[in-house]
Amino acid sequence: MKLLGQSFRATVLLMIVCGALYPAAVTAVGNILFSHQAQGSLVKGGNGQVLGSTLIAQGFKDPKYFHPRPSAAMTPDGSAAQPYDAAFSSASNLGPDNSAEIKAMTDAAAAYRLENHLSPGSVVPIDAVTASGSGLDPDISLMNAELQAPRVAESRHISLDRVKELIRKKTIKPQLGFLGTSRINVLMINIALDNEHPAEKTN
Amino acid sequence: MIANDWIQIFISLAFVVLMAPLVGRYLAWIYQSQSLSLEKGLYRLLKIDADKEMTWKEYGVAIVVSNGFFFVAGFLVLWAQAILPLNPRHLSPLSAEVAFNTAASFVTNTNWQAYAGEAQLSNFSQMLAITFLMFVGANTGMASLVAIFRGFTRSGTTMMGNYWSDFFRFFVRAFLPACFLMALVHVWQGSPQTFKTTVTAKTMEGSQQTLIVGPVASLESLKQLGTNGGGFYNANGAHPYENPTPLTNTLEFLEMGIFTFALPFFFGRMIGRPRQGQVFFAVIFSLYLAGLGVIEYSEKMPNPLIAHQAISQQITPLQDGGNTEGKETRFGITQTSLFSNTTIAATTGAVDGAMDSMNPLSVLVYLVHMFLNEEPGGKGVGFAGLIKEAILAIFLAGLMVGRTPEFLGKKIESKEVKLAVLSLLITPLLVLGLTALSVVIPAGKSSMDNPGPHGFMEVLYAFASGNANNGSAMAGLNVSTPYYAILIGVEMLFGRFLPLLPLLAMAGSLARKKTHPETAGTFKTDTTLFVVLLFGFMVLFAALTFFPPLILGPLLEHLSILHGISF
Repeated sequence: MKLLGQSFRATVLLMIVCGALYPAAVTAVGNILFSHQAQGSLVKGGNGQVLGSTLIAQGFKDPKYFHPRPSAAMTPDGSAAQPYDAAFSSASNLGPDNSAEIKAMTDAAAAYRLENHLSPGSVVPIDAVTASGSGLDPDISLMNAELQAPRVAESRHISLDRVKELIRKKTIKPQLGFLGTSRINVLMINIALDNEHPAEKTN
Repeated sequence: MIANDWIQIFISLAFVVLMAPLVGRYLAWIYQSQSLSLEKGLYRLLKIDADKEMTWKEYGVAIVVSNGFFFVAGFLVLWAQAILPLNPRHLSPLSAEVAFNTAASFVTNTNWQAYAGEAQLSNFSQMLAITFLMFVGANTGMASLVAIFRGFTRSGTTMMGNYWSDFFRFFVRAFLPACFLMALVHVWQGSPQTFKTTVTAKTMEGSQQTLIVGPVASLESLKQLGTNGGGFYNANGAHPYENPTPLTNTLEFLEMGIFTFALPFFFGRMIGRPRQGQVFFAVIFSLYLAGLGVIEYSEKMPNPLIAHQAISQQITPLQDGGNTEGKETRFGITQTSLFSNTTIAATTGAVDGAMDSMNPLSVLVYLVHMFLNEEPGGKGVGFAGLIKEAILAIFLAGLMVGRTPEFLGKKIESKEVKLAVLSLLITPLLVLGLTALSVVIPAGKSSMDNPGPHGFMEVLYAFASGNANNGSAMAGLNVSTPYYAILIGVEMLFGRFLPLLPLLAMAGSLARKKTHPETAGTFKTDTTLFVVLLFGFMVLFAALTFFPPLILGPLLEHLSILHGISF
């Protein structure tokens, strides 16, 4: 009987401490020290409107922008595929020997070549034909960015060198010099494109 | 592999090897010193007499009853979500079976997820149910391990310590402060921490994007440090809000590893034989390294099924090649291998990439780790499993030379061996039995997502994960159906408590026995020979018990891929 009372009191106390006070304390201190990150690393446009988050992919389709990796995110109720939907993260969960996976990669490679005016047999980067773990991967590989550069330059009527220069400037190096990969954040480079070449912004 | 891969692996592992003994020493201090006044205040508030010792039965009852309360409280929050506060999106409650599955999952430190966090849980549920259960599940595991240790440190007594005291010492002095500090690091690197639910963005191409935010960082550090593993988001640690940078990825697998790999040193200190702790560390760390090697090799391997296509799978300065399906660009293959190997070894179950898209040899490693359940994860319960396997290995060695086996000065007799075997048999019974059932009946088969051996692996993996209280999943399998939600829910409770209670009984029986001084005839358990013996026993046990499903699953798939067969 004593144990029941103790367990009950412990449950109530721990629910308050772990479930309410602890997250509240982290929220309070976190927002004082790192308010930008605590609110979701949001990027705002000139008028204060939220354009998105540097951490979350957006489904760019316009040829004048860099495009993200394929996405297997789903509709908010989880019933169907809806790429880049930030309200339901998901991977494709296809196995390496699933014929649906082979087909998805083959189709993605063909679409990528078409979109970037590459010749039918030309080599495409692996990250451009595989879906990420979250469906919201904000980054692409450098090879992927370089292959998209001519298309971006052409649709903006600017020289390829300027786009390549921007890729160099926007390359995110491995963290602390050795953690992770070199990569390009798609949203950040697209914002930079619009900022540095505003004349071509409306086409 | 390129130089940078080696550097990442070397620095991370060096950190584990250097830090684990220190943390082990700190844990020993926690349990060998007087109560702090803060703890005494807590005991007064809860009307607990923390100095009153319990027998193994009382201890076991205290574990089961308190966890019963935690479980019901968590279940009620999830089930009543719709009428509780902090739910501006008016999310409907979880169905009764998924709420049951989730409460069972989190109270057992499994953190299996039959729901999608960002789409189905309010911030209230994420905090009052999920965060709360993560804390208490991990604390219970730690307490029960300390009680089992006392079987070896005491003699001539039936008393195993006080459950509440063991529970709150770790919570107050290690767990809560560590979670708080690391949560702030996660916020710094980009995990949201707010009571808001959504942010609506208007993208540069003019469409609307709904970003789901919430108290993510406070859940994230706890998820890793408590070897819990249940994510705020459906994609778990692959989601950029949960795991924003390569640094957080590294910290996350170190968070899982640090308490985990400290446990053998903790054990050595508690029993006053530090060398025994080092020997146990050597065993689990070699298994960990072997697993890491296979996963890294397997995931870097180009997929032969697309070799004839013009798709570059090479590792170059411009891209990280290999199997990138289900992996995030910022981490690359090596970070993902390190993470996934640690999550299985530490029975955390967090993932930073899609386990369902891993190559078969990697899945082989995950399965073997979960079958052995030898690694010191599950906040303690896993390490208790290792002690059990050590006892059985010593028993076998004793049979070979025909003398009564001894472990740490305690005679191992028929009662202990029976209890250890009872505990050992639960894994094959649950995993193989339930898998066999599910691959023949329609309710089991209809949930498979991938065809061929990969689909079989999804089912096998689900039950291995539930039983080992791991919680990671080959997530293509639809587990929110009533069949899987209930079956895996029950399995997680069994997988946690059924092996634990016989071990507690075994410890109770050992604590009563006299401790014998070592003689020339004693089989020494702190030698290389013992490492080999234990290793051999574990491999033999796994091979004899689990070879058939491993052949039907990962080995068959690996060979068929090499022969260019797709399904």
